[in-house]
Amino acid sequence: MTPVPHRVRSRVRETHDTWTLELESLAEPIRPRAGQFDMLYAHGVGEVPISVSGDHEGALTHTVRAVGAVTSALCSLEPGALVWVRGPYGNEWPLAEAVGRDLVVVAGGIGLAPLRPAIRHALAHREDYGVLSVAVGARTPADLLYVHEIEAWRARLDAEVDVTVDAATPGWRGRVGLVTKLIPGAPFDPENAVALVCGPEVMMIFVVRALVERGMPASRIWISLERNMRCGVGHCGHCQLGPTLICRDGPVYRADEVARLLEVREL
Amino acid sequence: MDPETRMLPGEVRVFDPAGLERLVEALVEAGYRVLGPTVRDGAIVLDEIASAGELPHGWTAEQDAARYRLRRRDDDAMFGWAVGPHSWKQHFLPARARLWRAAAPAGQGPPTIEEEPPPERPLALLAARPCDLHAIAIQDRVLLEGRYVERDYALRRRDAFVVVVNCGVPGGSCFCASMGTGPRAERGYDLALTEVLDGGHRFVVEVGSARGAELLAAVGTSPAREEDLAAAHAVTDEAVFRMGRSLDTAGLPELLAANLEHPRFAEVAERCLTCGNCTAVCPTCFCTSVEDVNDLADGSAERWRVWDTCFSIDYSTIHGGSVRRSSRARYRQWLTHKFGTWVDQFGTSGCVGCGRCITWCPVGIDVTEELAAIRARDGEVDRALAR
Ligand SMILES: Cc1cc2nc3c(=O)[nH]c(=O)nc-3n(C[C@H](O)[C@H](O)[C@H](O)COP(=O)(O)OP(=O)(O)OC[C@H]3O[C@@H](n4cnc5c(N)ncnc54)[C@H](O)[C@@H]3O)c2cc1C
Ligand code: SF4
Ligand code: SF4
Repeated sequence: MTPVPHRVRSRVRETHDTWTLELESLAEPIRPRAGQFDMLYAHGVGEVPISVSGDHEGALTHTVRAVGAVTSALCSLEPGALVWVRGPYGNEWPLAEAVGRDLVVVAGGIGLAPLRPAIRHALAHREDYGVLSVAVGARTPADLLYVHEIEAWRARLDAEVDVTVDAATPGWRGRVGLVTKLIPGAPFDPENAVALVCGPEVMMIFVVRALVERGMPASRIWISLERNMRCGVGHCGHCQLGPTLICRDGPVYRADEVARLLEVREL
Repeated sequence: MDPETRMLPGEVRVFDPAGLERLVEALVEAGYRVLGPTVRDGAIVLDEIASAGELPHGWTAEQDAARYRLRRRDDDAMFGWAVGPHSWKQHFLPARARLWRAAAPAGQGPPTIEEEPPPERPLALLAARPCDLHAIAIQDRVLLEGRYVERDYALRRRDAFVVVVNCGVPGGSCFCASMGTGPRAERGYDLALTEVLDGGHRFVVEVGSARGAELLAAVGTSPAREEDLAAAHAVTDEAVFRMGRSLDTAGLPELLAANLEHPRFAEVAERCLTCGNCTAVCPTCFCTSVEDVNDLADGSAERWRVWDTCFSIDYSTIHGGSVRRSSRARYRQWLTHKFGTWVDQFGTSGCVGCGRCITWCPVGIDVTEELAAIRARDGEVDRALAR
C-alpha cells in the first residue's frame, strides 16, 4: 500500500485533453492485468485511480484524461519525471471465461482505455475467440483515442471494428450517432457471446439494454464502474455502491448483478 | 509466582476502589498509555489518565435525542453512565494522522517514502463498554481482516490492553440489548469489570487473557464468592430492562434493500443538516479521505489520512459532480450502510447500538425511529422518484 516510485519513460498525446504515460518502476515492478487499475500519485498534488491501458516492454501504461487538479498534473509530466504508483487493484475483464465465445467490446470515450488491453489480448490470442466485434464511440472525431491503433485493428480481416462519433466535424467520413446504434448490426452471435463494456454510466446502461434486446443474457455482459476512490483497497468507504465496494469487488461487474443498483437514483 | 496469586483466564476475582487505583498504576508501570473516561467541558470524554482519581466519580449522564446532561449521582460510582461523545476510534483511527513523508523528487536514485513510526507505547483502554468492544471488532474486520491491512490502524491497535466495564446504567439512547452487543461483554477483553454498589463498593473482575491475569496479580484481589458473581450478573441483567431504546433488527438488510425509494428518506432529509456529527461520533464509521500536502520550501510531500463523512457532498464526487447530491440520498447512504449493506460488505452489522448518533445529532434524528418508520410503511415508494 506504499507508493512505488516510477519515472515517466514516454508521454504521448492522444487528444486535446488525454495523454498516455509509460511508467518505469524504480523498485518492484507492478503488473496489472486487463481491467485492473493503479493509484497514481502526482508528487505533492494528489492520488487518483487510473486503469491500466496497455502493456509495453515492462513499462506500466496508463491513459489519463485531464479533468482536474491531479489528472492535469499527471498529464503534464515530462519524460524522466517522478510518479508514485500503488497497485494493482480491483478485478479483471473475464477474458478467460470468454474463451470459445464471440467477444463483443463496446467503449465510450475514455472507457476505451481500460478495454484496450482486453482488445490487444484478444487479437494476440485470436484463435481463442469466435467473432471479435469492437464498437468505439467518441464525442467528436477529435476525442478519439488511439487513432493509429484503431486503424490497424480495422485493417485486420479477423476483427470487426466500428467507430462512431456523437457529433461530426468537417472531414469526418465515418459514422455519426451514439455507440448504442452500432449494436443491432454488429456481427456476433448473441447466444454465444461475452460483452465487455466501459464508458460513462448512462452509456453503459443503454448499451446493456441494446445487447439484451439483441438476445444476450445480462449475465454475459460485463461493465466497469467508476466511483470516487481514496484508497483503492477497501478501507476508505468512498466507492460504495449499495452492497459492494467497487475497488474491492469491481471495478468489473456482471451487468445482471448491478443492474438494479444502477437504476436507483443517487445510490 | 506465588500460587495464591496465579490466575487463569476465566477466573473471577474481586477488588475494592483502592484496587482500581492499583490497576491504573499497574497499567502505567507495564508501559501502557492509559486512556480512560474523565469529566471535561460538561461531558465524560476519553483521555490519557495517570490515576483512578481522574475517573468520573459520582457522575452520571442523562441522554436522549439531541440531549446530554451531566448529573451528580447520590453515590460514589465511577462507571455510573454509559458512553460519551468520544469513542476509541479516535485513538485507533485518529481524525487526522500523517501516514508518510516523501523527500523531494530531485537528486540521484529513487526517492524514498518514510512511513510514520509506530506509537511509542501500546494503548490500554480503561472502561471500554461492551458495545465499544463490538465496534472495535467491526473496525478490525474492515481495516485488518480484509485483503489489505491498514498499517497505521494496525500499529495503533496492536497490543492494546482492554479493560471493559460492563454496563449497569444504560443511557437513554442505548439499544445494545437489541443489537446483541451488551450490556455484558462476552469476549474480546483482557479484563472485564462489573461495578457493584449493593451496600459496599466493589468491582467483580473476570479474567479474559493470560496477560490480563498477569496484570491482575499486581493489583491485589480476592477470590469472588458466589454472591459476588450473582451481584455482578444482577447488574447487567437489570440493565437490559433499562435500555432507553430498542430496535427490531429482524431482516433489516432485506428491509432496507427493498425500500431504497421509501418516502421516509425525503421526510428525514427535511430535518437532517448533513452535518456529519453522527458519523463522527459513531464508533464504527471508518470512512476517511487523504490529504496530500507539499512543502514548497524543500519539495517534500506528506500524506495525511483524515476522517470523512458520507454526509458531505464531496464524498461521492466524480468528474461530472457528486453522485449523492441530495441530503435524502446521503441520509439513505448512512442508514442503509449501517444497518443493511454493511452486512453484505463485511459480514456484520455496522451498528452496535451505542446511541451516540442519537444523542449527538443536533436535531435529534433517531436511527431506531427512522428504521421503525420504514418498517411500519414497508414497500411505500416516493412518488417524486418514480421514473
Ligand atoms: C477504477 C477507476 C478507473 C479509472 N480509470 C481512469 C483512466 O484510465 N483514465 C482516466 O483519465 N480516468 C480514470 N478514472 C477517473 C479518474 O480517477 C478521475 O478522473 C480522477 O480521479 C479525477 O481527479 P482530478 O483531481 O484530476 O479531478 P478533479 O475534477 O479536480 O476532481 C475533483 C474532485 O473530485 C474527486 N474525484 C473525481 N473523480 C474521482 C474518482 N474517480 N476518484 C476519486 N476522486 C475523484 C477528486 O477527489 C477531486 O477532489 C478512473 C476512475 C476509477 C474509479
Ligand atoms: S449507528 Fe449510532 S447507535 Fe449505531 S453504533 Fe453508530 S453511533 Fe452507535
Ligand atoms: S442525522 Fe443528525 S447528526 Fe447526522 S448528519 Fe443529519 S443532522 Fe447531522
